[in-house]
Amino acid sequence: MADTMISIREVAKSFGPVRAVDRVSFDIGQGEFFSLLGPSGCGKTTLLRMLAGFESPTEGEILIDGQPMSAVPPNHRPTNMVFQSYAIFPHLNVRDNIGYGLARLRLPKAELNATIERALDLIKLPGYGDRMASQLSGGQRQRVALARALVCRPKVLLLDEPLGALDKKLREEMQLELRQIQREVGITFVFVTHDQEEALTMSDRIAVMSKGQVLQIDSAAALYEHPNCREVAEFIGTMNVFEGRLLSVQGGIARVDAGPVGELLAPVNGSASLAPGASVSVAVRPEKLEIAAARPANGNAITGRRLAEAYLGDRSHYYVGAEGIAKPIAAAAQNKQRALTSGAPGETVWVHWPVEAGVLLER
Amino acid sequence: MRTQWISTALLLFAIFYLAFLYIPVLLLPLFSFNDNIYVTFPLKGFTFKWYQAMWNNAPLVDAMWASIKVGILVSVASTVLGMLAAMSMTRYDFPGKAAITSLIMVPLVIPYIILGVSLLILARRAIGLDLSLWTIGLSHVLVCVPLSMLVLMARLEGFDKSLVEASYDLGEGAWRTFWRITFPLAVPGIISSFLLCFSTSFDEFVLAFFLSGTEPTLPIYMYSLLRFPSKVPGALALASCILMASIIVIVFAEWYRRRGVESKQGSIV
Repeated sequence: MADTMISIREVAKSFGPVRAVDRVSFDIGQGEFFSLLGPSGCGKTTLLRMLAGFESPTEGEILIDGQPMSAVPPNHRPTNMVFQSYAIFPHLNVRDNIGYGLARLRLPKAELNATIERALDLIKLPGYGDRMASQLSGGQRQRVALARALVCRPKVLLLDEPLGALDKKLREEMQLELRQIQREVGITFVFVTHDQEEALTMSDRIAVMSKGQVLQIDSAAALYEHPNCREVAEFIGTMNVFEGRLLSVQGGIARVDAGPVGELLAPVNGSASLAPGASVSVAVRPEKLEIAAARPANGNAITGRRLAEAYLGDRSHYYVGAEGIAKPIAAAAQNKQRALTSGAPGETVWVHWPVEAGVLLER
Repeated sequence: MRTQWISTALLLFAIFYLAFLYIPVLLLPLFSFNDNIYVTFPLKGFTFKWYQAMWNNAPLVDAMWASIKVGILVSVASTVLGMLAAMSMTRYDFPGKAAITSLIMVPLVIPYIILGVSLLILARRAIGLDLSLWTIGLSHVLVCVPLSMLVLMARLEGFDKSLVEASYDLGEGAWRTFWRITFPLAVPGIISSFLLCFSTSFDEFVLAFFLSGTEPTLPIYMYSLLRFPSKVPGALALASCILMASIIVIVFAEWYRRRGVESKQGSIV
């Protein structure tokens, strides 16, 4: 990681008896695209508002670029924010909205206009300077809010679910564009979202939050491939989880008695100091599963009946019901090999996966 | 047949209703042009002389200016105080907020006659203040602040709170945020508050009656004129002028309000 830009140290925030953020500590690097991901009420927005200075931590300290922020009001922090509602000033036109934070600097008129024109080019709205907020679409407002924050040249840009109000297509477009703008300007972005797909697409690193705590901070790939707990595993993507009891660990491979589906093997991920007898789960992603008519020689295999399949164009989802577990097993496969994986409902099949494709989780 | 009858009845009702509302008011301009010192039918002839008499009646003109002065000062003071109260009520949560709001609203429901008597006692006996236009103005501020606060709270509550936060975030402090964001957005509310307070003060009789000193306001002076029949038509002429001015103000205010509604369509506020 590059130099540290934000340092969050033992930060907690209580609203009366409610602990919105519960002793969180981590660093965010200079130039990083960092996402705070979690369901609503997990404390991600509160944490962002503490970075902006709209809330002050009940405990702990936030440092931005090495400076403690507790005594610094929002208008003196090296941060700017893109609000969820965009907060475009309705009585000002686009130009004055973007120039709002520059007025204080008393730039010469020509320089101010040039800066605003450059910002309009950056957000691909050249010639929109004279429009009023009411004449802009949701996506355009979002861009103006972004430009208004960026022209202030903050060290950190804070984004509070900025894409939440846009429709799917526009949102995907803006995800790419935001990422590109971030690379161009090289500013640290802290992005709050409850949409895991969005976080995975855009971020260098993601902090998954739940109930005021940070569960895991990792890159998108690491979060997806190696979640460190069941909550992360189930929040990000789809995960088949088989609960059981640990039998033994040998050569980095755990043997798990998963009750009705039999014995399963899974690699032990790093630190696990699990004793035999502990409650654990074996988790595996749908796309790691294969469906076969007969039991394969190696790896984990579970037998069951085909329940349903969903055709999604590029790939299909298959659901297999196994004896003794409530939730159907989900498998996904590219439609290139559809002939191999498709079948009639009710048919008995084997769902199998190589040992190293699974993840061992504490229950 | 039956529905026909009902709609005719409703139409008649509407006509009588409007007549009842407006005929008394329209009698004023009618008699102000009538060439007869007594306000009575039948009309005699058309004249402008009462308008001339109005200008030559110095105490009448003085009373009008007194009312205008009091009205402007009252509406400015009440709107400033109402704005401050409305901002704190809409922006912050603090202990006793509900109690304070109701205490500010109480003067709206206390009968003016009670307020008048108690303010007279307060001014004369407790403080020893001489009665003047100032005492009238102060009593009007007391009843206008709650009106102003209601109007402005309604306006301020409509804002997205993050507009103010966005201004702080973009580097402005509280003072400049007020002038760059809160004030311009509140302007329609400020204008309504100003008009409401002015009209409340301008025609207020009871408080002014108790609290006036040597200089009367217009309502007080007009009431005193009723004892001098020769001066009544002049008062009618002035009343007609005020009526005209009020209509212009109301039409303007309504036009402004509608313009505000139109320009707001599709925006966040």
